[in-house]
Amino acid sequence: MPRMDRKEQEALIIDHNRRPRNYGKLDDADCRMVAFNPLCGDRYEIFLRLDDVGRIAQANFTGDGCAVSKAAASVMTEVLPGKTEVEAAALFEAFRAMITSEPDSPFDAEGLGTLAVFAGVRNFPIRIKCATLPWRAALAALHGDQGEVSAVE
Amino acid sequence: MPVVPESLRDIRAQFPIFARTVHDQPLVYLDTAATSQKPARVIERLRKFYSDEYGTVRRGSYLLCQQSTAMFECARKKAASFVNAERPEEIVFLRGVTEAINLAAVSLARSILKPGDEVLVSAMEHHANIVPWQLVRDMAGIHIRVIPMNDKGELCLDAYEAMLSERVKVVALNHVANSLGTINPIKQITALAHGVGAIVLVDGAQSAPHLKIDVRDLDCDLYAVSGHKMYGPSGAGFLYGRYSLLERMAPYQGGGEMIDRVEFSESTFEDPPYRFEAGTPPIAEVIGLGEAIDFLHDIGLEAIEAWDQALLAYATARLSAIPGLRFVGEAEARSGLVAFTIDGMHPFDVASILDRKGVAVRAGHHCAQPVMRHFDVPATLRASFGVYTVPEDIDTLAAGLELARDMLS
Repeated sequence: MPRMDRKEQEALIIDHNRRPRNYGKLDDADCRMVAFNPLCGDRYEIFLRLDDVGRIAQANFTGDGCAVSKAAASVMTEVLPGKTEVEAAALFEAFRAMITSEPDSPFDAEGLGTLAVFAGVRNFPIRIKCATLPWRAALAALHGDQGEVSAVE
Repeated sequence: MPVVPESLRDIRAQFPIFARTVHDQPLVYLDTAATSQKPARVIERLRKFYSDEYGTVRRGSYLLCQQSTAMFECARKKAASFVNAERPEEIVFLRGVTEAINLAAVSLARSILKPGDEVLVSAMEHHANIVPWQLVRDMAGIHIRVIPMNDKGELCLDAYEAMLSERVKVVALNHVANSLGTINPIKQITALAHGVGAIVLVDGAQSAPHLKIDVRDLDCDLYAVSGHKMYGPSGAGFLYGRYSLLERMAPYQGGGEMIDRVEFSESTFEDPPYRFEAGTPPIAEVIGLGEAIDFLHDIGLEAIEAWDQALLAYATARLSAIPGLRFVGEAEARSGLVAFTIDGMHPFDVASILDRKGVAVRAGHHCAQPVMRHFDVPATLRASFGVYTVPEDIDTLAAGLELARDMLS
């Protein structure tokens, strides 16, 4: 996708916050996980359906929180389908590396695709945990963990 | 819109920080309850001390040390007069309120509290007046009980009175609640506590910058102050203690300066306040705090208090007009801040949008998670005032909140 400026990035995040994609329960999910940040009240549930070879076929979510976490959950459900657990973990690592890098430092926008819209989070270190919360829940669900994931970064 | 009083008219120009911009916008600083900005005279005092006067205190026989000691002890006199203590020896210099309460909890646990004794804290305490008591609870075998509050954020005094018994040895609470702005009736609370022989410790972090403090009128036993919230440098504050109580209290930290005679088998200790000031103190910061106290006295604490109330009334009226805005903390007697939520908008998102407009407010639990649970909110937004706050700051905040609503809803 073409490189977006900060205004366009923000507009996309706000759009995902207003009209979250893949929002709603997935009744035939193979795994699910609750993500909760007690410090700011953000709470999401992530639902994943897998295909025969263990790739993510469909990702959905429910719940509420701040604009950054909700948009992160929404964009995540768009990019996860087609990925294996290993590929999802690698993508999260690249995402996490970008949002924890120094502001204005270069990053692999090509490999991140739509996730690059969260580059602005680098300027607000306090918001990093908002952007990573749904991802950590999705990876824990794929890993077969039980219970819920709480925010730490 | 309230008119800035004569005594505060040129105050903003004395704070160099307001010359800068934030995200290309003028700085609107509404987080004085977290920490205040610094006037030029305090900054200059630090520069002068480090450039021309620096030396340690109470240890050397040379001139720099003697002068430094004199300046440090002069700050102690200023702090004593600031809270109307009977004598300067009732002032213990520390990092701030957090260290003061930790000192009080550990020292009282070592010297005065007995198993089965009770410590009362209020439902609106900062974590700094909860956790230190929990840390000594098991060592001392004490119980911590909580004075409840109502939904306006006022203490339930009837319940408090009913909790008092001879088992209660300490009542520890804030003068002004950092998450709600409530001013607690310390004089009344102290009189009731003394009726059962309890020691009263007051967390003055939020009151010292806004109200005239008179520990003799309040009749409290311990009163903790953070210098960095009252225009002084970070890293220095003090604990006022009634001298007869300080004399009964065990040391907190051990080290140089606090001892009388040291043997490998045991040591004897200095009299208060030095007993509680182990090691080299934050010398420059304490001297800077003395300058900040002069700054406050030069304006006049009555004028500061009156302006604070005018800002509070203006902010309450101005923000009430914003749809979906709900105040958290509506006590009759309040000071220094407004805390609120806005329906359908997350406090962190609002704070990020305000930041881009140059407006610094605090979003979060304000180190008062039990207060957030009481009001059933995960977090609030808090706008807090200082001597440099003008009504236009509140107008900018209100405009920023309208913008946030357009972006987020």
